[in-house]
Amino acid sequence: MNALYSHGVPLSYYLLLSALLFALGVVGFLIKRNLITVFMSIELMLNAVNLSFVTFAHQWHAVKGQIFVFFVMMVAAAEAAVGLAIIIAIFRARATLAVDRIDLMKL
Amino acid sequence: MHLILFFVFAGFCLAGAINLLLQSHPINSALSLIVVMTSLAVLYLMLGAEFLAAAQVIVYAGAIMVLFIFVVMLLNAGREERTLGSHAARAVGFPAVVAILAVIATVIVKAQDLGIAKLGEGLTNAPDSTNIETLSKVLFTELLLPFEVTSVLILIAILGAVALASRDEERQAGK
Amino acid sequence: MNGSLHLWLIPLLPFAGFLVNGLLGRRLPKWLVTSVALLAPLAAFGVVLCAALQIFTPMELRSWNGPGPIPSAFALPYIEICSHPWINIGALHIDFSFVLDQLSLVMLLVVTGVGFLIHVYSVGYMNDEAGYARYFSYLNLFLFFMTVLVLAGNALLMFVGWEGVGLASYLLIGFYFQKTSAADAGKKAFIVNRIGDFGFLIGMFLLLANFGTLTFAEIATKLGQDPGWNGGVVTVIALCLLLGAAGKSAQLPLYIWLPDAMEGPTPVSALIHAATMVTAGVYMIARTHVLFDHSPFALGVVAIVGAATALFAATIGLVQNDIKRVLAYSTISQLGYMFLGCGVAAYSAAIFHLVTHAFFKALLFLAAGSVIHAIGGEQDLRKMGGLWKKLPVTFAVTTVGVLAISGFWPFAGFFSKDAILYAAFTHGAGGKALWFVGLVTALLTSFYMFRLWYLAFLGKPRGEAAHHHSTPWSMLVPLVILALLSICGGWISGVWMGVGHFGDFLAPSVGAQSVEAGNGSLELILSILAVVVALLGWFIADLFYRQKPTRPAELAAALPGGYKLLANKYYVDEFYRATIVKPLLAISTYFLGWVVDTGLLGGTAWLLGGIATFAGALLQRWQSGNLRSYAAWLAAGAAAVLLFVVVPWPAVLASLSAIHLGGSGH
Repeated sequence: MNALYSHGVPLSYYLLLSALLFALGVVGFLIKRNLITVFMSIELMLNAVNLSFVTFAHQWHAVKGQIFVFFVMMVAAAEAAVGLAIIIAIFRARATLAVDRIDLMKL
Repeated sequence: MHLILFFVFAGFCLAGAINLLLQSHPINSALSLIVVMTSLAVLYLMLGAEFLAAAQVIVYAGAIMVLFIFVVMLLNAGREERTLGSHAARAVGFPAVVAILAVIATVIVKAQDLGIAKLGEGLTNAPDSTNIETLSKVLFTELLLPFEVTSVLILIAILGAVALASRDEERQAGK
Repeated sequence: MNGSLHLWLIPLLPFAGFLVNGLLGRRLPKWLVTSVALLAPLAAFGVVLCAALQIFTPMELRSWNGPGPIPSAFALPYIEICSHPWINIGALHIDFSFVLDQLSLVMLLVVTGVGFLIHVYSVGYMNDEAGYARYFSYLNLFLFFMTVLVLAGNALLMFVGWEGVGLASYLLIGFYFQKTSAADAGKKAFIVNRIGDFGFLIGMFLLLANFGTLTFAEIATKLGQDPGWNGGVVTVIALCLLLGAAGKSAQLPLYIWLPDAMEGPTPVSALIHAATMVTAGVYMIARTHVLFDHSPFALGVVAIVGAATALFAATIGLVQNDIKRVLAYSTISQLGYMFLGCGVAAYSAAIFHLVTHAFFKALLFLAAGSVIHAIGGEQDLRKMGGLWKKLPVTFAVTTVGVLAISGFWPFAGFFSKDAILYAAFTHGAGGKALWFVGLVTALLTSFYMFRLWYLAFLGKPRGEAAHHHSTPWSMLVPLVILALLSICGGWISGVWMGVGHFGDFLAPSVGAQSVEAGNGSLELILSILAVVVALLGWFIADLFYRQKPTRPAELAAALPGGYKLLANKYYVDEFYRATIVKPLLAISTYFLGWVVDTGLLGGTAWLLGGIATFAGALLQRWQSGNLRSYAAWLAAGAAAVLLFVVVPWPAVLASLSAIHLGGSGH
């Protein structure tokens, strides 16, 4: 513990934070009833993973880790755009954003 | 000092995440998520990823979350309604999450060779090459193709979004 | 060896005829169908003749004198093996091999020659029938299989021919398939044959197990080399083969199909059930005679079966009223003679009788067919009579046939029957009893054949005289040729009586006669006795059917029990039905039908279907359409994968079991 004060933050802390954020994202996906909020939980999960990547990039001094994060961000942006467009289309079709009301795919 | 900074901003992250779960109005959840994003940006700075910190703020907090808020306001999403719910989500989902968290945490805690993050350390310790320089060197030479492909991906996303979200009357009126 | 004999042509030509007539026959004009159908056996006969002449060139025949085997240009047996092997598994090698030796040459001449004559006859007989092309295609198919059977060099190829002639027989017996009785008769023939085939198969398996080969020549060599082969296994094999022969040649107890087989057209009865197919059993025994020679017990069984069948069938034939049935039982009886001949190791005599029997029995059947054809389908002897005026040629040839079968000198039957009876008499223990049975049978044979002669042709007409067709020449010519053969067929033995030179001719392939024929006075006495007995039979028939036609009815009234027993064929069919057929039917219906089929199989299928439906209904509720439950299961799946990959299960399980075992140890 003495070493920590002068030397910095152990990387495991970052990783634990990332794990916690990811778990919170999954919980949000499970318990939220609004479609947009569910989508936001997904973004939270992505961010948690990004944090992991940056941590490991720092550990191994690997630039490819940070580049991966860059790409994840791009893809997340594209995904967000398309996903929200889909949500708009669903809202137009069913006039509701409640997740449990959108169940046309049941047998 | 470093540690205190970490705890503060990690606390902001967790608080924002928990707030996202607890709020019932989506606009509040969106704002909490913005808090999370910016705290993460600070954490990136502490890990020596300056470019990514900037990108996080600009792209994530500044563009994606704005988009979310636009959609919330466009659709006039109100407070969450009480709906039917799902037994499976509670019975199966929570134990699963706990299991995932436990496994990952155990692996992390048991790992031997994780090091310590020092402020000011980054990808390299050379004084004359900055983070963004190192990043660009690899991105625009070795990984040029994925980079270009990403731009195509974004183009496709734009087209898709426009196609999905446009109103039918507009299309018919346009004919 | 100069040149090939092209043995493969002999089966192939009839097969080609079968294909053409079978596939295209309905669309071809009748004359073309007839030509193809007649050309095939004629060509096959031609090839056989060529082969015979190539082997026994006239030059050598002239230079030969005295006893001993006739010299041949080719070394016999002549073997032709197809270049493409048939079965080649480990130590088992079986080829498509055709073998021509004296025995198969004789058989082939009979099969193709008499076969051709019957084909010609059929042209006239079947002229007005539907299914003309089908008939001839089946006949050619039969010829194909029969020639394969005769030419086969190993037991498996012979079995192919064996089964094939059974198939052809089934097809031809059931030719008028719209008649239930015909279809049933075809089935009966095939099934009873199958029982015999079972014996043949077991015999083949045993041969393979003990000798490692199915080729006849190799088996003969192995048997000759090792003097230890006697009794035991050889007896079992011989008895199994005998079962097969009994099935095919209608001996006790598998003869029941032959009388019913008369449902088929008469030329079919002549060809298949008189001259060729039923003789396949005798041929098979002669082919494998080495096995029988090494097992006196089996030989004894053969002789007893033959003698018993001969007597048994003759007694039934005494009171039959259908003209074809009389001839059928006569065939069974004569086949019994042939088996008797084989049983006393007089194989040449048996084959000699086979040849002469082919002539006169085919003649008799074809003549009966001519009668039936002329009086419009009537087959009951009681409704015939006085036909000698209307059918003079038929009457003449029938007379020849009857004289031949009764064994009058110098007709064909005399020589062959005499040879068999002499061999039986001189065959050691029990031979005399067998001879006596044969003699009694000869008496009965003469009696019922002359009975047939009197009832059908002589006396006053008893039936309606309507439907008198004149007999076409295509039916008359074969009759005349066969009559000529019945007269002179016995003269090939070259001596006054017995098997003579014919036996010498066949000796290389079936072994020398155990007793030399022409042994002076004993044989003379026995032959005279046989002729006397035949005359006696004629005399008794004359008593009953010409002098006082009411006598048979009076005798039947005097012995009602005996008459009924004979007329109903000793109730053998009914006995089989009660003891074998009915139990099998019961097992099939109740046990196999209800328990196994409906219960087990149906139940299993129902169960599997039920499981699938049930599982489906259960799993259907999983697809709720609810996004959150899907998400939950996703998370659960991810957790499972993660746990499976990350946790070191072997170590964990080991430590768990160590804890468990360690805990329980205390």
